[in-house]
Amino acid sequence: MPINYYIFVAIALFCIGVIGVLPRRNAIIIFMCIELMLNAVNLLLIAFSKMHHQLAAANGDAGVAGIEGQLFVFFIMVVAAAEVSVGLAIIVMMFRNVHSVDVNFLNRLKH
Amino acid sequence: MNVTQILFWFLTVLALGSAIGVVLSKNPVHSVLLLIITFFAISGHYILLNAQFLAIVNLIVYAGAIMVLFLFVIMLMNLNADTEPQKNKWLKLAGGIAGGSLMLILIAALKESEVKQNLTQLKEGNIGLIEQLGKTLFTQYVVPFEISSVLFLSAMVGAVVIGKKD
Amino acid sequence: MNIVYLVPLFPLIGFLLNGLLRNHLSKSAVGIIGSGSVLASFIVSLMLFFDVKSGNNTVATLFNFINTKQFSIPFSFQIDQLSSLFLLVITGVGFLIHLYSTAYMKEEPNEHFARYFAYLNLFVFSMLLLVMGGNFVIMFIGWEGVGLCSYLLIGFWFKNTAYNNAAKKAFIMNRIGDLGFLLAVFWLLAKLGTVTYGEVFTQKSLDLLSATDITGITLLLFVGATGKSAQIPLYTWLPDAMAGPTPVSALIHAATMVTAGIYMIARSNILYTMAPLTQCVVAVIGLATAIFAATIAFKQNDIKKVLAYSTVSQLGYMFLGLGVGAYTGAVFHVITHAFFKALLFLGAGSVIHAMHHEQDMRNYGGLKKYMPITHITFLIGCLAIAGIYPFSGFFSKDEILTAAFAQNKVLYIFGVIGALMTAFYMFRLYAMTFQGKFRGTHEQEHHLHESPSAMTIPLIVLGILALIGGFMNVPEVLGGSTRLANFLQPIFAASIEKQSAHHIDHSTELMMMFGVMAVIIVVILLAWMKYAKYQKTDEEPRGLGKVLANKWYVDELYDAIIVKPLIAFSKFLGNVFDKYVVDGIVNGVGRLVQYGGRQLRLIQSGQVGGYILLMVLSMLVYFAVQMFILKK
Repeated sequence: MPINYYIFVAIALFCIGVIGVLPRRNAIIIFMCIELMLNAVNLLLIAFSKMHHQLAAANGDAGVAGIEGQLFVFFIMVVAAAEVSVGLAIIVMMFRNVHSVDVNFLNRLKH
Repeated sequence: MNVTQILFWFLTVLALGSAIGVVLSKNPVHSVLLLIITFFAISGHYILLNAQFLAIVNLIVYAGAIMVLFLFVIMLMNLNADTEPQKNKWLKLAGGIAGGSLMLILIAALKESEVKQNLTQLKEGNIGLIEQLGKTLFTQYVVPFEISSVLFLSAMVGAVVIGKKD
Repeated sequence: MNIVYLVPLFPLIGFLLNGLLRNHLSKSAVGIIGSGSVLASFIVSLMLFFDVKSGNNTVATLFNFINTKQFSIPFSFQIDQLSSLFLLVITGVGFLIHLYSTAYMKEEPNEHFARYFAYLNLFVFSMLLLVMGGNFVIMFIGWEGVGLCSYLLIGFWFKNTAYNNAAKKAFIMNRIGDLGFLLAVFWLLAKLGTVTYGEVFTQKSLDLLSATDITGITLLLFVGATGKSAQIPLYTWLPDAMAGPTPVSALIHAATMVTAGIYMIARSNILYTMAPLTQCVVAVIGLATAIFAATIAFKQNDIKKVLAYSTVSQLGYMFLGLGVGAYTGAVFHVITHAFFKALLFLGAGSVIHAMHHEQDMRNYGGLKKYMPITHITFLIGCLAIAGIYPFSGFFSKDEILTAAFAQNKVLYIFGVIGALMTAFYMFRLYAMTFQGKFRGTHEQEHHLHESPSAMTIPLIVLGILALIGGFMNVPEVLGGSTRLANFLQPIFAASIEKQSAHHIDHSTELMMMFGVMAVIIVVILLAWMKYAKYQKTDEEPRGLGKVLANKWYVDELYDAIIVKPLIAFSKFLGNVFDKYVVDGIVNGVGRLVQYGGRQLRLIQSGQVGGYILLMVLSMLVYFAVQMFILKK
């Protein structure tokens, strides 16, 4: 599979995530679309790591060329998990105060 | 077309379709479920690329833990299609156009690059296997690994502090 | 240090002392400082005069005033025959007038007294600068300075609005003339790259100028002269300038400032000789002014106004002299006019002082009984201005008229008519004031007395000068040695060379001189007899008399043509243009910024969705720029 197929898929997923974030007012759905974007990036990273492995293998001994991509994906997942837990805690807090998850209530930045 | 390619395209269509469904769906619960299907499709891609460890981790962490957390919160707030706040029509349009333009730009940018002819290795390669990953992780990248544990600690503490009912 | 620098330095110091310390000095101290500085300048001028007479001209440069690549204008003084003569007149007559002023202005409070003398000293300083300047730019500095002092002194009693208006009028009309002067200087500078007299008036420089250049420059210089020396059309400020104290009128508007124009043309005589067209213009305007002003003087009842119009008229004669090439004659008339006009003004001041600031001649009459010294000296002045032998005016006026005759008989005839008119109105003034019966009130009669000696001594000195001053330039036809002409010969040599010498044989000349004088004597007797028996009537003048009494309505004409449209234009600019256009632009910029700010504020909506949209859009723009525009 040429790498550009993977690239296009990742781009498509990422942009769908962006389209999902922009007009939404429900905080939770926004969060989910962010996770979607992160996953698109993960996919891309793994595809590239395999590409580099392939390239190195074509040149000589493969070794562990290109493993950094997969390790980075691992760490992304770690961070995503931490972020989700804290973010959801904030949303629950907001819900308790305002009884709504409408993002537009968070407009204290206006003034 | 061999089986690999058919699988690739099937998985792609599934992923994209569910993603669109996540964005367009009115009921939040439906959005969560569709996102889970997207994650499954992406994990399928990982397996196709022989990144077995990450595929399983993706499923366990994302689809299993994070999405379940989302479901908990949605059910806690008792959200369904009725309580969905009204959407701004202009913002929807703007968002659609912005996102679409972003996609076009990125595609156009990458059209010119020379990496596109490179092939990714499917079904083979040992770097996706847990043995290699573990070795590299615990030797070269052990410091970030430890720091990530600290990150988890702080996240837990933070979540608990924020969520307290004081 | 060269003693040349002392001449303007003394009045400058006097100005500074009297000006800065005016609240602390007593009247006598002020008087001593003011008059003493001018006296000191007079003494130094005498020394310079004798120096020049023995053949030493000086050019002293103080510093380099303007120094650019294309030209350099030094701050230099040129002492030669012409300037040393003028220096003597200015400082000499100036000193006498300062002395006179100590008595005349005695009633003023201390600070105003000191302010008066400070301005007077500043005036002398500027006039000296004008005359001593070694190039046109220094002359212009002095030119402007005397205009300024004229404004300050005319409006001396500044609490009176009418006086302030007169001062403004003088200054503005001067300014109009100054524009012509400046344009001429610029033209000269552009063509020759220098304005120093020593370099401009050489044959080498003159060859560089075309005929149009010379005509243009001389005409523009003459425009400046019409403003400063009150010729048609810029003369109307001079009668109004009589609002100032009488010694001021004597000094500035009779003896010195108004002669600046003549000095300037005499200095540039070579340029004028090479521009016959301009000379024609100068002569015609001079003559026209002479006659025009004389007609107005017939019907004026204010003693100072008659003298003012007489000054305008005599200045016209001087320009006539310049126009027909009689440069020495014009300078001669300047000197004699300084003597007798200052005398007449100071005498008038003495009368006004005695009559407690009454200036209307219809209330005078028979004053010779009460003020003998003033009377005799005033009579001498009148005889001098009428041109009776052997008083000074006879010689100077005849020199101009003879030169006019040689040039153009028509000019001569009108000149003679003007002389007759001069005699008539001057003796009308004399008879109404000093002869006949007193027509004032009983109150005024009680207070009539001769003026103090500080006022009469200058009158006597000027009277003597007006009597014998003519003998400095007795023409050959009367057996004289034309000492003045010989003295000034180096200045006017080039012009005399270029002009064709007109010779009139001696018998014709003698006949003209004494024939005219005979007619003048007849006119004097006529005026004397008519006005000695003057009875005050309340009737308004009618017909031609009315037109003359209203100065040919020239002021009203200027008002309608120039002043009113200008005022309307300024009102328009002030109310419409300034308020709407200029303020509109300025306020508009402010409003634009405010509007922009208001619109920008809407971005801060507080809506998270909006913020994320902005983020995506900026990312878009960034990618677009990075990938496509920069990579190209």
